[in-house]
Amino acid sequence: MTEYQLIVVGGGPAGLAAATAAWERGLRSILVIERDRYLGGILNQCIHNGFGLHYFGEELSGPEYAARFIDKAAGTGIAVMTDAMVLEITRDRTVCVSSTRGYQVLHGESLVLAMGCRERARGAIGTPGTRPAGVFTAGTAQLYMNLMGYSVGRRVVILGAGDIGLIMARRLTLEGAQVLACLELNPAPGGLARNIQQCLRDFDIPLMLSRTVTEIRGRDRVEQVVSMAVDERFQPIPGSELVFDCDTLLLSVGLIPENELTRGAGIAIDRRTGGAVVYENNETEAPGIFACGNVLQVHDLVDYVTEESVRAGQAAADYVLRGPCGPGPVLELANGRDVSYTVPMKLRLANIEKAAEVSFRVRRAFGEHACLTVRQGERQVARFPRAYMAPSKMEKLRLPLALLRDLDPADGPLTVSALEEEDA
Amino acid sequence: MADMICIICPRGCHLHVDEESLAVSGNRCEKGAEYGKTELQNPTRTLTSTVRLEGGALRRCPVRSSVPIPKGKLREAVAALEGVTLTAPVEIGQVAFKNILNCGADVIVTRSIPAEAQN
Repeated sequence: MTEYQLIVVGGGPAGLAAATAAWERGLRSILVIERDRYLGGILNQCIHNGFGLHYFGEELSGPEYAARFIDKAAGTGIAVMTDAMVLEITRDRTVCVSSTRGYQVLHGESLVLAMGCRERARGAIGTPGTRPAGVFTAGTAQLYMNLMGYSVGRRVVILGAGDIGLIMARRLTLEGAQVLACLELNPAPGGLARNIQQCLRDFDIPLMLSRTVTEIRGRDRVEQVVSMAVDERFQPIPGSELVFDCDTLLLSVGLIPENELTRGAGIAIDRRTGGAVVYENNETEAPGIFACGNVLQVHDLVDYVTEESVRAGQAAADYVLRGPCGPGPVLELANGRDVSYTVPMKLRLANIEKAAEVSFRVRRAFGEHACLTVRQGERQVARFPRAYMAPSKMEKLRLPLALLRDLDPADGPLTVSALEEEDA
Repeated sequence: MADMICIICPRGCHLHVDEESLAVSGNRCEKGAEYGKTELQNPTRTLTSTVRLEGGALRRCPVRSSVPIPKGKLREAVAALEGVTLTAPVEIGQVAFKNILNCGADVIVTRSIPAEAQN
């Protein structure tokens, strides 16, 4: 059995940032396993710009952002296995992988899980109607257009105002297709405000909120899509039907962290994020196994994936070089009012050097005068003013160790809440 | 007053731009003020697309404009790229189309793609 200090499952932005960070921290036997032919993950098909402003201070396209880390990894002794599929991992960090070289069983002193996420598809939202060609997830359409050079359709309806759907609305329009409408089930779009502007408004594509697709028509190819408005319980309102004559329906209806391997290893999964339950340093409940990127929580910015993954890679290196985290009090984090989850879910105080970084999403849009509170029972531990929070944007906060040191876990979990200033 | 969403970064600030004085408010950084002015006078966008690639492991090569180009010229620029065919290997930063539509922007390759190995 081949032994590594660190095995990283997934060679996208998360896996590459974790591997290179672990190298810089001193590990010298690192393997990255990627199932595609190339490193870079989903960034390879995200040819649009807007990546890297936060992390590199310049605006890059997806492939350029990926290349920064591919080149960095190539300048180290990190081993890379592409065209290789991990079939199973275990809690004791055995990794079973199938590739052109056959079936191999490897072992890592530490593992980083960076498998990313996949799209929800038609089956997951149960759209009624026939089963013609021309129904794609937005990411599949992106792959066909940007990597394979296929045109996916001429008259397109997009269901879901998530970022990938919005990006594809612009891409299809510029390549000569007509995007008839972008429909969104929720009363607010799931994509970033700037994408609503530069992908829909720039091209006069109507955004129709509180609407869904209730029927797909067509025998061989999509011919029509029927849309209905929905009430506040997401039930279609009779009489609100709109019929679009189109040949293509794109679905941009959410992403699912790809955690089959994690589940198979018996690692605890959080129901709110769909990712592993992790501690302050991205370690899962299985010692020496870390998770980062979209497999842990769905991000909207790759820059934040990089930051999270650097922390995970460093933590994996520390685990190998310095040993497991020692015993000590563990504070639980909970989502309070208008917050839908937190990552991490648990803080081991002994393992926090200066501050714990917590990411989360809010449940609704907030105005200019809003704030975040962190409470333990009735006691307010911290309060941060924060303008314009929205569900489409992951938020972060830093909890300095000085604020946490004296808290007793027996007094209950730390609750993160979002409030308008006047309610605080 | 023109109201707009800043597209420079993911924060998406709500900008208010005075049509006469071009004074920008609602921005949380200098880039936002710059964007608000430009957006009112001559809105520009970075063009991203793909061009045909021969002899490579992939059939399309991603490209972008080296600097933003006038928003109104995006469609025309994409159409102009239809005639472009690159031959692998290509390198990031390589110019695929010089000074597109005389906008002062080159269209550059955004992914290095090796030549397909001959068996």
